[in-house]
Amino acid sequence: MNAQRRDDRGNMDRRAFLKTTLLASGALLIGVGSCGNSNTGKTARETWKPNLYVRIDPDGTITIVSKNPDAGQGVKTAFPMVVAECLEVDWKDVHVEQAPADDRYGRQALGGSRGTPDGWDDLRIAGTGALTLLMGAAAKEWDVPTSECSAASSIITHEPSGRTKAYASLLETAATLPAPEVSELKLKSRPSEFKLLGTFVPGVDNPKILTGQPIYGSDIRLDGMLYAVYQKCPVFGGKARSANLEHVRSLPGVTHAFIVPGTDEYSGLQPGVAIVAETFWEANSAREALEVDWETTHADSSEGYAEQAKTLAAEPGETLRHDGDVDATFDRSVTIVEASYHYPFVAHATMEPMNCTALLHESGKLELWAPSQNPQTQRKLISQTLGIPEGRIHVNQVRIGGAFGRRSRLDFAVEAAWIARETGRPVQLLWTREDDMAHDFYRPAGWHHFKAGLSDEGRMIAFDHHFITLGMGGKTVSGARLSANHYPAGLVPNFRLRQSIIETHVPTGPWRSPGHSAYCFAYQSFFDEVALAAGRDPLEFRLDLLSQSFGKPQLDSERGSGTLRVAAEAAGWGREMENNRGLGIAFHFDHRGYAAHVAEVSID
Amino acid sequence: MPQVTLKINGTEHTLDVAPNMPLLWALRDKLNLTGTKYSCGIGVCGACTVLVDGAPTRSCLMPATTMADREITTIEGLSADGNHPVQKAWNDEDVPQCGYCQGGQILAAAALLEQNPKPDDADIDRAMSGNLCRCGTYIRIRKAIKRAAQYAAEEGGDV
Repeated sequence: MNAQRRDDRGNMDRRAFLKTTLLASGALLIGVGSCGNSNTGKTARETWKPNLYVRIDPDGTITIVSKNPDAGQGVKTAFPMVVAECLEVDWKDVHVEQAPADDRYGRQALGGSRGTPDGWDDLRIAGTGALTLLMGAAAKEWDVPTSECSAASSIITHEPSGRTKAYASLLETAATLPAPEVSELKLKSRPSEFKLLGTFVPGVDNPKILTGQPIYGSDIRLDGMLYAVYQKCPVFGGKARSANLEHVRSLPGVTHAFIVPGTDEYSGLQPGVAIVAETFWEANSAREALEVDWETTHADSSEGYAEQAKTLAAEPGETLRHDGDVDATFDRSVTIVEASYHYPFVAHATMEPMNCTALLHESGKLELWAPSQNPQTQRKLISQTLGIPEGRIHVNQVRIGGAFGRRSRLDFAVEAAWIARETGRPVQLLWTREDDMAHDFYRPAGWHHFKAGLSDEGRMIAFDHHFITLGMGGKTVSGARLSANHYPAGLVPNFRLRQSIIETHVPTGPWRSPGHSAYCFAYQSFFDEVALAAGRDPLEFRLDLLSQSFGKPQLDSERGSGTLRVAAEAAGWGREMENNRGLGIAFHFDHRGYAAHVAEVSID
Repeated sequence: MPQVTLKINGTEHTLDVAPNMPLLWALRDKLNLTGTKYSCGIGVCGACTVLVDGAPTRSCLMPATTMADREITTIEGLSADGNHPVQKAWNDEDVPQCGYCQGGQILAAAALLEQNPKPDDADIDRAMSGNLCRCGTYIRIRKAIKRAAQYAAEEGGDV
């Protein structure tokens, strides 16, 4: 199913459709589906099962399903808000439910800043479609044109007569009407049309969070559940040859201890040793006595990387983009500024360590409670690794205690699934903080060597950037790629980006921005150096950089400078400061987002 | 296995615990009180904060067997129905992002207001510096503590 309902020209996908179902309880269910992906010969409409988006109960309760994982980005609140906005219901009447992993919802993932942009159309279609249906039902019961009806707060009003009907009284009639055609729906799109969107709405899980209710993965408690820890090789990718399992099994509380052969996939079932016990404390205490003979094939050292980076810095590297003539411009530049920036590997360090709870039912169904950014992909991997058909794996989504990209990786859930199958009991696998730091998919380390050439007016007329990054087999690893066309490309007439790669075996991955948290630090630190050398105000320098274009910059320069101006104004840029205090400003563009920050810094 | 009687949120529980098992794991794995969170396990992040005789305490470091005869309050027991001024303020400022650390933050804040009904920024930073939030909700935490102080004053000063 397509998550996005738009064609290349931005028109609504006409294959999207709505479907309604009246449940035995009298509740009306409205779902959004899509034709077109069916290979069965039947049309999708015939094979489609409702993916609940909205349910209206006879008592007036509006249940809205949020399909995506929530790790604090607020989507569990935001998605239902969009539906409620279009359905014209009061937020206090809305009950929010978290969907399990289910392909019928389309992409259910947290990452790439894509949740709300991807969900925007479906959510509005669900809300507006349901409203259209209810309006149609009211118009039919009154025998008036729909155009004479309006809706607010779960009530339809016939404007000329002032008659009203509550949504809950219209469910049966609504169910007899044909579902509205998606292409004919008029969807709210402008802020001026919104009543709920843009207002302050506290998170829907707040009442549970603030009273300590069990909503996170590590809070799951099942009858007869055991707790597992999983020891992996301190060297990435190492395999366990043997371990003193008999001794470990004899320790207090321990019920099982076994070697997991695993696979070679970092983001899969890595080899290791599982210890299972009545409590986490006992499982983890037993680990102190665990002795493992590891088989390793390589050993990387981050100190070695620093040495390699130094050597590579002197080499030309691979040119990824070259506008104008950088070297010739350096020759005629009045001032040259050079600086290097380096950052180490960074762990995600989510507050809630990796965990997953798994239960293999007697029926053969595998059920998981996974704090995951990618529950659907996780299910696929578990199916492949354990040989259980995907249809027999049910993944419940739980609230996630921080993700930042770490939980887009699949390791912890497949480990829990394997351990639960081996023990034949429900098992909660909980990583320790030490496990979490030692087996992350780190934001890659990076080295940036910058050189800028300034004109006599203090303009940056040449910019050379040698980025030394990490890779495997000559290709950058996850999170280590810098787009050649990214800011500030296109803003400097003579621009060159060069790249060199250090081979690594360290697992890496997206970390929040994903790489831009690091790139921004390097660029913006350097631009301050350049502004200083040019004798220019750091804000004015950045605005000037955005005022020119050479080729096609990826960003909207006007929006960029607008963002900088708003931040500067709010911070009182240029105001008198005490002697030991100063303001610093930074700007970055990433994932279609514009950000400017001002920091007030004091020196003691 | 040693036995201990713990008084948690006003109720006594007698349980067998492994020697040296910290209070955190007795709460989570023996009593299924999972509002108290595990995060660092070495007493530096504050996610496992409980109140012991009113004082914020890192439950991941305290052997359960040493906690007999003490009054232990977990986030589940801070108020009967989530209406403690700090809990109300936390919702009204929409403090949580992922929310995992907030139980510990709330208990630390409640203890602060018990000692100091009108804390300024420096008081707040000092009292709360042991409670980490990876999402970075610190600015809202500050605001919420001030709001909670206001709610408590309106209710008659009893936090």
